Amino acid sequence: MSALYPLLIIAVVLGIVLNLAGGLIWVERRLLALWQDRYGPNRVGPFGLGQVVADSVKLFTKEDWIPPFADKPVFVLAPAVVVATSLLAFAVIPFAAGFVIADLSVGILFLLAASSLGVYSVVLAGWSSNNKYALLGGLRATAQMLSYEVFMGLSLMGVVIMAGSFRLGDIVEAQRHMWYVVPQFAGFVMFLIAGVAETRRLPFDLAESESELIAGFHSEYSGMKFGMFFVGEYIGVILISAMLTLCYFGGWLGPVLPGPVWFGLKTMAFICLFILFRAALPRPRFDQLMSWGWKVLLPLALLNLLVTGAAVLLLR
Amino acid sequence: MFSLLRSLWGVFLHAFHKRVTIQYPEEKAVLAPRYRGRIVLSRDPDGGERCVACNLCAVVCPTDCISLQATEDEHGRRFPEWFRINFSRCIFCGFCEEACPTYAIQLTPDFEMGEFYRKNLVYEKEDLMISGPGKYPDYNFWRVAGVAIGGKAKGEAEREAAPTDLHSLLP
Repeated sequence: MSALYPLLIIAVVLGIVLNLAGGLIWVERRLLALWQDRYGPNRVGPFGLGQVVADSVKLFTKEDWIPPFADKPVFVLAPAVVVATSLLAFAVIPFAAGFVIADLSVGILFLLAASSLGVYSVVLAGWSSNNKYALLGGLRATAQMLSYEVFMGLSLMGVVIMAGSFRLGDIVEAQRHMWYVVPQFAGFVMFLIAGVAETRRLPFDLAESESELIAGFHSEYSGMKFGMFFVGEYIGVILISAMLTLCYFGGWLGPVLPGPVWFGLKTMAFICLFILFRAALPRPRFDQLMSWGWKVLLPLALLNLLVTGAAVLLLR
Repeated sequence: MFSLLRSLWGVFLHAFHKRVTIQYPEEKAVLAPRYRGRIVLSRDPDGGERCVACNLCAVVCPTDCISLQATEDEHGRRFPEWFRINFSRCIFCGFCEEACPTYAIQLTPDFEMGEFYRKNLVYEKEDLMISGPGKYPDYNFWRVAGVAIGGKAKGEAEREAAPTDLHSLLP
């Protein structure tokens, strides 16, 4: 029985994450509509929930076309990479006390590493499409990842210093008296910005930017390969929301309700915030994005790290 | 930075606004009286056909979707033998209504003309004719026109003076 327990957790986590990623298509469309005074999909099934099924049937039955000028093996591999790496990162996410697939002692490092592998998918997709818009999208994704990855890790280090551990479970337990969003507010804001950039969501969707690059890196993709990019993007959103919840908002800790419910509620709130970003904010120019990352946020993250370290040393 | 936060808050507040969508099949949109929808052929107040088959509508139509064949009845009154509008080509521009000298062809506030077969969008004369006078209830072209037809000689139309006697010297 005890040997089956990890398998059970894996099945539950996979089921929840993949279903949620599919359901987020509906959630996003309904929420965007709500904020634009529309209804969104409300015809198929109760509240339009059947739209998820209809969309996936459509994606699966569409012609899955590989352009003759594409680099075929890489073209096929790229969409799988983004889903695989984002799912890999869920291995260390604790949904409740002890409910985790792999309780690594370097959980945060593993998370950062796995989620940044996702950029390979975008770059390879852009490169193998053999299309100038796709390549431009891939290049932008690379530059954006490089510049935002740096202070994404640095802004999390404040939390690590305060908790004294890289293990996500320990970090959550260390927030029993006060959520880290209060002492680490600057770190939280920076991690949120970096997280949006990491998932390539608006306002940082320069790799995709429909208005300039058709659809950026996935211009040449169709059918379920295109769908894989979307599922990967939504899994990324869930992942970043879960990380925000764990590192700054006390994970599963909360009164009355059981732990997993609190974790789910907090994560959903952040997912809604991601969608609100998409509904409200315009996309910056590429040079603005880069100079923001390197000239403003990186020094701020370093400063935050220094001040946190000094404060922890002084108060010890 | 402040403007970003303000726009985030402003967009969030829209969650509590009334939605502007009209749930179409259940709720109908209110159409303007002069909405340009399905095209009809109207009749005189006394029930005769208004169309005189002058072909102006067919000429002005930018998509050439109107075709008709003129003929005459025993009184010398022109009317279309057949009249056909291909609604799969029609763009509802209303030029035909503007060109029509007799107010016969009119656009109505109705757009629910969906069909499963393209052929069914070709409307014949019996599909286009309506029983009433449409937007101009009192207008009767043959009563005001100066042309003579059977049953109405020159000078007998409404507000028309008797024709001048060319052989008389009197004014």
